[in-house]
Amino acid sequence: MLDLSQSAQSDGGPEMITRRNFLKNTALGIAGAALPLAALEIVDPKKLFAQVAAETTSVRWVFLVDTYKCVGCGLCVKACKLENEVPYDANVTRTWVERYVLTKKGKMYADTPKGARDGFTTAKIDLGADGLKDISGEGIEKAFFVPKLCNQCENPPCVQVCPVGATYQAADGVVLVDRTWCIGCGYCIMGCPYGVRFFHPVYHTAEKCNFCYHRITKGLKPACVQACPFGARQLGNIKDPNDPVTQVIRTQRVGVLKSEFGTKPQVYYIGLDEEVR
Amino acid sequence: MVHGELWTIKELFVTPNEYIYWSIQIVMYPFMTGLVAGAFVLSSLYHVFGIQKLKEMARFALVFSFALLFIAPLPIMLHLQFPFRGVMIFMTPHFTSAIAAFGIVFFGYGAIVASELWFLYRKHFVETALRLREKQDKTLVEWFWYVVFCSLTLGVYDISEESLHKDEKAIKFLAGLGIPVACFLHGYAGFIFGSVKANALWMTPLMPVIFIMSAIVSGIALCMLTYILTMEIRKLLAARKRASHARYRSQEELKSVEISVMQMTSKYLLAFMVAAISLELLDIIFRGYTAVKSWDILRSVIYERDFADIFIMQYGIGNLLPLILFLLPGLTIRRAILGSVLVLFGVFMMRWNVVIGGQAFSLTFAGYMHYHLPIIPHDWETFKEGLGGALSIFIMPFVLFWVISHIFPLFEQEEAH
Amino acid sequence: MKNHVLRPLFAVIGIVILILLARMVLVPKDFGVHERGYMYGWHRRGNEEDWKKIKVKYQGKEYCKDCHTGKYDSINKTPHRSIQCENCHGPAIEHPSDPPKLMIDKSRAQCLRCHFPLPYPSSGRSKIKGIDPDKHNPDIECSTCHNPHNPMEGLR
Repeated sequence: MLDLSQSAQSDGGPEMITRRNFLKNTALGIAGAALPLAALEIVDPKKLFAQVAAETTSVRWVFLVDTYKCVGCGLCVKACKLENEVPYDANVTRTWVERYVLTKKGKMYADTPKGARDGFTTAKIDLGADGLKDISGEGIEKAFFVPKLCNQCENPPCVQVCPVGATYQAADGVVLVDRTWCIGCGYCIMGCPYGVRFFHPVYHTAEKCNFCYHRITKGLKPACVQACPFGARQLGNIKDPNDPVTQVIRTQRVGVLKSEFGTKPQVYYIGLDEEVR
Repeated sequence: MVHGELWTIKELFVTPNEYIYWSIQIVMYPFMTGLVAGAFVLSSLYHVFGIQKLKEMARFALVFSFALLFIAPLPIMLHLQFPFRGVMIFMTPHFTSAIAAFGIVFFGYGAIVASELWFLYRKHFVETALRLREKQDKTLVEWFWYVVFCSLTLGVYDISEESLHKDEKAIKFLAGLGIPVACFLHGYAGFIFGSVKANALWMTPLMPVIFIMSAIVSGIALCMLTYILTMEIRKLLAARKRASHARYRSQEELKSVEISVMQMTSKYLLAFMVAAISLELLDIIFRGYTAVKSWDILRSVIYERDFADIFIMQYGIGNLLPLILFLLPGLTIRRAILGSVLVLFGVFMMRWNVVIGGQAFSLTFAGYMHYHLPIIPHDWETFKEGLGGALSIFIMPFVLFWVISHIFPLFEQEEAH
Repeated sequence: MKNHVLRPLFAVIGIVILILLARMVLVPKDFGVHERGYMYGWHRRGNEEDWKKIKVKYQGKEYCKDCHTGKYDSINKTPHRSIQCENCHGPAIEHPSDPPKLMIDKSRAQCLRCHFPLPYPSSGRSKIKGIDPDKHNPDIECSTCHNPHNPMEGLR
């Protein structure tokens, strides 16, 4: 086998490829190929780390849920489905209400029949394939309803994992999905710790609550906020110190869901019990 | 029915939008990419580390890796709600997502394997092209092959000793470069799961490493199995044609080569299998020891609901049995076949237990989801996300492998040196 | 032949260039990094406007006031004042032009949403009076006896 390392010193004869030259040419080639990658527009450091909007926008939407007021009527779920064209009979929903019942025996039961689309019209607990559980004999220590919706997190893990940039966060904090771009991989659905995402049965793209973006950008309230007869749901702007929601969040005891994930959710709960999942 | 509703059964407290969205095709995908990476690493063991006894296997493994590479994106294409939009992963990649790495990694890895194959088979391309060029009246089929082989030469017809030595250097470089890229190829697949903090079972930094180790195991096992298969075919041909074609070796020669290659390869199989098992057991033990919030539901999934899938099928039949089969002295071809099949089954079950197991419990930690694979398809969805789709994906690499073996002949004509 | 070794590299570079050319055709100009940075703001800007253009369906109580003043005023005198008209009548959208007539959900299920009694301590639900649907006139609509705009009318 030829000892190629000597060819660098020897002269005359055809040029031999040395390991060094080969590596140098390869590196140059790759560098040259990398230049057009600027078309991918990710190498501008300013843009990469720009959080400029965080300082300049005047609106950051937040939500407030009062679990003492919620009675589990499910009118919010019905209104959301009709406002946002999520098929009524499909077993997916942008928002839902959970029921928690703690019995005197110390057991915790929770259910959300059809996401509470039809409210809670039985005391029996819906256990899915395990049927309905009659807990009338156990005595109730405490029970309450917890509405849930997309938290429009400050650090949305669903946006982080989208491979094509189909889901994103707008400057006002709402996380949206581009139906023309979503490839339907489902990574965002798996990435959400709160389970608010699903595949839209008609559009087949990822779908979730967006605080009724088409309404709030016109000065209206989200459909669920408007529909709730008991004022359990409220929308606010955390950047407006005069907003009543902002004042509640600042001055009263409120909680958020699953803060350990670092998502910084922006739906705040009054009366959030430690049993809530 | 919404996507996933058909094959998901919910029990106890599960939130409304939870279904088993990542079903059989997402089990197949890491399984196939694992085979790709594993086959490549096996091939590199010869090209980079010069383990002479693996020379027979090396060429074979590289071609199989290439065939598998084309099949690997298919489970994703079948899973996506918009398969044709999948190209957007190359157009607007969001690199904060592990799946976006798919574009760069697959393309880079494909480039390396294709280049390595080019250098390996360049002499064959040139010789075939020249031979066909000299033929005066070519049939249509021969014209087709002529065009194919001419383009495959990439315009280089120099097959002097000197240029072939340059080829060898290039192969060694590419094989060496390819090992970390192959690890990255499957490491990122593990990262796809390991980085999902929302899933209590998937989130662990061990996931990429576990995936790489078991990928190499599966790649080696598949190559062993296919190698035996092709050797058996060669032996059959040798028995029939010994008189007329001198280039086929005798049956006895083939047999002895086969056993020695198997014994060598199985040692590497065992080494990586031990690594993979150690990491997986470490993960389970660690979870049980630290017992964080998710441990209650995970324990009930791992040790009760999925006990059979995990401990009997994956660890028992898929790991322990082949470990014994390969460790017992005097490895026979029959035992190698059984061992390889069981190893492949074990690696498949590992993917199943990670993907499906991770969706077996609800985000509430107070409910379960049961997955039942659609067996009999009654529409496109139940085929592509059912048994039919999985089996099709599994068979295709073998078909493609047979097709490209016409361009990349698997065994050398002249085995003089 | 010098450097035939680089041939495959040129082929690869050629494919990369093809992909970049395809990108110029397939990706809209407004796709890029926007306010929230690359991690959270990588998207097609035009989509924000797409979402803003969705049609509003629920108009809210005040929309009904001017034409249905009687019903609006009567319900406001009862505990049902907090219920939106559209909760039972469905979204108004562009009523009266489209749809010309709104349905009324008169099912027992609609009323049971609140009036199925659930004695849950610490929840507002326990404060709402309810009935046992299997015992309280189980086979007729609630509205046969109860006017939803004045539920106890004529019944006390």
